[in-house]
Amino acid sequence: MSLQLVANIIVLTAIYALVSTGYILIYRVSRVLNLAHGELMMVGAYFLVATAGLFSGDPLLALALAAVCGLVMGIVVYLVLMRWMTGEAVLAAVLITIALGILLRGLVILIWTTQQFYPGATFGWRNPSVPIAPGVQISAASLAIVLLTFVVYAGLFAFLQFTRWGVRMRAAGQNPLLAEQRGIRLHGVYAFAWGLSTFTASLAGMLMALDSGVESTMATIGLKAFPAALVGGLDSLLGAVIGALIVATAEIAAIQYVNPLLSDVVPFVVLLIVLAIRPWGLFGSREQLDRV
Amino acid sequence: MSDRNSYAQELALFGTPARRIRLAVALVVLVALPFVATPFLLDLANQVLLASITALALMLLTGFAGLISLGTAGLLAAGAYAVGVLVREAGAPFWVTLPTAAVLGACLGLIFGLPSLRLRGLYLAISTLGLHFVVIYLGGEYEAREVLSTGIMIDSPALGGWELGSGRSWYFVLLGFAAVALLVSVNLQRSRTGRAWRALREREIVASALGIDVQRFKLLAFMVSATITALAGALFAYYRNFVSIDAFSLYLTVQYIAMIIIGGMGSIPGALLGAGFVILFPYAIEAVASFLPARFGNTVFALNYAAFGVVMILFLLLEPAGLMGICRRLRNSFAARSGRPAP
Repeated sequence: MSLQLVANIIVLTAIYALVSTGYILIYRVSRVLNLAHGELMMVGAYFLVATAGLFSGDPLLALALAAVCGLVMGIVVYLVLMRWMTGEAVLAAVLITIALGILLRGLVILIWTTQQFYPGATFGWRNPSVPIAPGVQISAASLAIVLLTFVVYAGLFAFLQFTRWGVRMRAAGQNPLLAEQRGIRLHGVYAFAWGLSTFTASLAGMLMALDSGVESTMATIGLKAFPAALVGGLDSLLGAVIGALIVATAEIAAIQYVNPLLSDVVPFVVLLIVLAIRPWGLFGSREQLDRV
Repeated sequence: MSDRNSYAQELALFGTPARRIRLAVALVVLVALPFVATPFLLDLANQVLLASITALALMLLTGFAGLISLGTAGLLAAGAYAVGVLVREAGAPFWVTLPTAAVLGACLGLIFGLPSLRLRGLYLAISTLGLHFVVIYLGGEYEAREVLSTGIMIDSPALGGWELGSGRSWYFVLLGFAAVALLVSVNLQRSRTGRAWRALREREIVASALGIDVQRFKLLAFMVSATITALAGALFAYYRNFVSIDAFSLYLTVQYIAMIIIGGMGSIPGALLGAGFVILFPYAIEAVASFLPARFGNTVFALNYAAFGVVMILFLLLEPAGLMGICRRLRNSFAARSGRPAP
């Protein structure tokens, strides 16, 4: 296996790991599986298209504004839609996210058409290839994704471990009833978790848009990141990185050595294998399964 | 229903005179329809009938047995490809391809169902989603390797000198299949199997404590549902004279799930209503879109997606019992107004 291949695996791992944090945050806190995550990520990327159009002279402002929009999007989704699903059957909540995904797909095409956009080009950025080792190159935006993934994971870990809101979030995830009796406002915590989830997804979507543009098929990547989250165990952040690594390695190896058509199916084959052997994932807690 | 006072009446499908009259009226309307409908309307009716078959199958699995599957599109694809491959490679007639599709469906149903022995709820749904991608990959791979184009052409099924080509003859064939699927569903619901499934849906542990073989009935639900779905896929291939893997996206699965939600989870008439609603919905949107500015006219499919998402969300939030729930409420309020006790 050449070094270039390793670099490609690392970039794909970073993408999957970054996107799968969103699945995990929401699942860990509210036991809801958000099947609209890919679409939300795509909308985050389109936010950057919109802000880049408005502030093409000031990339940082555009990026920050798009990221804030990404955060607000999740909170709005929770307050408008998911709040009514609290206490309902889990299936109904998942179906709502599927419906939301379809709605977003339609809206994105209605607003931005099926054309491909390059927000990087709007800023005048060239996205050059960066040599990271002899004979190994990745694009600057890909490098940014890898670095950002590290930052996001460190940030999320510190947030969940040490901050007041992080502890509340974990408490709500462990036992909603007790958490509420201790005065934790569950709706607030859930809304925040949704906001964080779409925030990280939007960051991933924005960087991918800077790397290779955005069009209405980007949502598929979000769906392919789901196996990564599940392989690691749906409630473990560390697991998601390992899961992302496994899925990305399998996918790139299959594309390279077997058949490029396998790209879409390999993550789900890995998922099926894990579901057959260890359904709660590599690092997930076993009791979660019965709650589902 | 208080008008049943013997076991024979309980068993009878159309026991009371009122029911028999209703059935006769429905039959007359259904038989007369193709003779008055335009070809376009006939095609719509055929699509609704075809969708009803699959919606009934999904209702058996999800509505009765409470097992969630995201594999509908994959199973439809399997049935359609069974026809496509057999016709293309061996020129097989329909009386070979349809049973093959059914058997393939049953086998796939068993495979799709195996995870249900270990997994519940969401995890089960996800494992069927994984299998969906595997089936779609195999179909796409066959298309890419053997066909070298997108899609396989299929001749209309023929028996002797008679070819099943016109919309009207298709209508009666599909009506027959849909009627059989309906009869199978109704009878399964009323029998030991249906009761076992309902017990499973409510609480698995209680079901097994009642002596229900949980594993057997779960697999049976998957196999029955998948067999019907694959058959519907095969019929779809013949009806369209064409199969292409692009037709079997995840969106198709979502549409079928939407049918049973919008119709009313756990209700057989609901599956039929939902099928009609979801199939006719895009045409309604198209009709509305023709009045909108051209900018929206060019992206009718996107408008479709968006509107479909909104409708699904509204049903889930406001009327979880679906169209059947609305019907029931209307009937009750009429009954209350006219002073009769609600049925």
